[in-house]
Amino acid sequence: MPPREGTYGLLAEFDTPGDLVRAARQARQDGWRRMDCYTPYPLEEAAEAIGFHRNKVPLLTLVGGLMGLAAMFLLETWISVVAFPLNIGGRPTYSWPAFIVPAYEWTILWAGLSAAFGMMALNGLPELYHPLFNAPNFRSGATTDKFFLCLEALDPKFDLVETKAYLKNFQPVSVVEVEY
Amino acid sequence: MATSEVKTNDPGIDPATGEYRVIGPGQTFRSVTEKITRIVLTPHTPLGWFALFGVGGAVATMLLVALTWLVLIGTGIWAISQPVAWGFAIINFVWWIGIGHAGTLISAILLLFKQGWRNSINRFAEAMTIFAVVCAGLFPLIHVGRPWLGYWLLPYPNTMDVWPQFRSPLLWDVFAVSTYATISVVFWYIGMVPDFGTMRDRAESRIAQYFYGLLSMGWRGSVRHWMRYETASLLLAGLATPLVLSVHTVISFDFAVAVLPGWHTTIFPPYFVAGAIYSGFAMVLTLAIPLRKFYHLEALVTERHIDNMGKVMLATGFIVAYGYGMEVFMAWYSASHWEAFMMWNRMFGPMGWSYWVLITCNLAIPLTTLWSRKLRTSIPYMFFISIVVNTGMWFERFVIVVTSLYRDFLPSSWGTYRATKWDYMTYVGTLGLFTALFLLFVRFLPMIPMSEIRMMLPGAKIGPKVKAKTVTEAGD
Repeated sequence: MPPREGTYGLLAEFDTPGDLVRAARQARQDGWRRMDCYTPYPLEEAAEAIGFHRNKVPLLTLVGGLMGLAAMFLLETWISVVAFPLNIGGRPTYSWPAFIVPAYEWTILWAGLSAAFGMMALNGLPELYHPLFNAPNFRSGATTDKFFLCLEALDPKFDLVETKAYLKNFQPVSVVEVEY
Repeated sequence: MATSEVKTNDPGIDPATGEYRVIGPGQTFRSVTEKITRIVLTPHTPLGWFALFGVGGAVATMLLVALTWLVLIGTGIWAISQPVAWGFAIINFVWWIGIGHAGTLISAILLLFKQGWRNSINRFAEAMTIFAVVCAGLFPLIHVGRPWLGYWLLPYPNTMDVWPQFRSPLLWDVFAVSTYATISVVFWYIGMVPDFGTMRDRAESRIAQYFYGLLSMGWRGSVRHWMRYETASLLLAGLATPLVLSVHTVISFDFAVAVLPGWHTTIFPPYFVAGAIYSGFAMVLTLAIPLRKFYHLEALVTERHIDNMGKVMLATGFIVAYGYGMEVFMAWYSASHWEAFMMWNRMFGPMGWSYWVLITCNLAIPLTTLWSRKLRTSIPYMFFISIVVNTGMWFERFVIVVTSLYRDFLPSSWGTYRATKWDYMTYVGTLGLFTALFLLFVRFLPMIPMSEIRMMLPGAKIGPKVKAKTVTEAGD
């Protein structure tokens, strides 16, 4: 993808989570879709407000866990029955109850790794550069105590002047233009 | 800000919301953030930190010496022999991993139970878990005798055409402990990512900005990210809960699957897990009490935290007491001559003193006094109790390992166990290693999860259109 130029979006800063949620809800109602909120802690109401309800992390975790279970159980069975059968006091080579413990551990291991790395991948992280970091007030607030709403330039409704006026209606602390 | 505002007899109800106050009053998003980031981002390291790190490092050096000698000479430098073939290495392994369990309990199980108070202590409890697992994992590795061949434990295609034996609890341990270590590290790191973002944005020096910037992976607090992050955290908590219960269960199988009197018992898995949590909470207290004092975090780690941890210790202490009671009962009820002798020998034999140290430290002192709220909120007393319980739990493992082994079925093979200086150096050395690692964590990483603390502040309530919920928790 060639480097983008121009405006990424308009970033409105709010002091309280309530103001942000109300603004985001209104913007969504007014037909905005390419937008995001930035908060210093998980704010479920804001996610609801911009219409983000479900995510795929649980599915990835389930698939990962089942793969881990299958991988370890099959490995144990193959090793104990085919690759290296051992006669331990006459016990059957396919002694599946003993195989449960490592298979259980690997279910958790793969599920946990899928949850963590899957979440990162879905979030598009690591992404060390992002246009928002160019906004002068973003880094001092977004990870500390301020709440941001960003209406992105990719939205068909976006217009630099009109959108700026529109955001001002929500009485934010400030509205700044974010460059790529 | 002062915890004295929360009276000992007053559960500390926040007048604004009617909720129990977990964090001292008057904190804002910014004040909390500054309080926590300042500890790490200040260019001035406190002298006390250097002093403690020096001590920890010196003691850890002792471990290095002991390990070097071990590699040169072999496990013969330890006291292990026949009949006590499992000595300090296994005792310390079980003790350390048990300590680690409280960290996972706090970060995972209490998260699932929506115990908001855990937020202040979960990060350093998780750090404690990881460093405890580091110390624990060392012991089986050096106990194999040739640690450089430790990878033989793993199933991998090799020219010897040999594969591991999956019916052995010792191999189950390999998977349980390695999974536990991996998931703990991942959970800990994922938990820190948003806080690394805060550190990156608040750091003034270029190096710190790069350092935390890389660690934060570009976290920018998008609510879409946050929602996936919350789901992943919850799932990791849900996965870590059965994991932590399984790890000590599998460790107890190392003993319970053997046919030795004193080991071969079905009470072991729950009793080991409860003991692990018991000692782990004691270790959290041992670490939290000096930390909150030293870094002035009384507003974030309040008396209520100490009180709650005392309650958890009381509950798990009674499960452990039940385990001890059951061991004695089964020795009588089983009508097994060997079981009965093992129990008599454990209590009144030549090493009977260790059993009574265990009973005193684990039952007599904590379980009689932790009932009192006054004592549970007395900081010096809780520090004292934490040391007592840690000692007691170490002796529990000593009693299980040594007093079951040293006089077995055949009197002609009876022996004794007397740890050598190398045993002690290795054990004490891991305490130093743990201290040094923990101090590095406190200095360079955010030890209290800022994003989770922010969620608990009054400012996080969506208002004024949404009314503040008046939650009345059951009990206190």
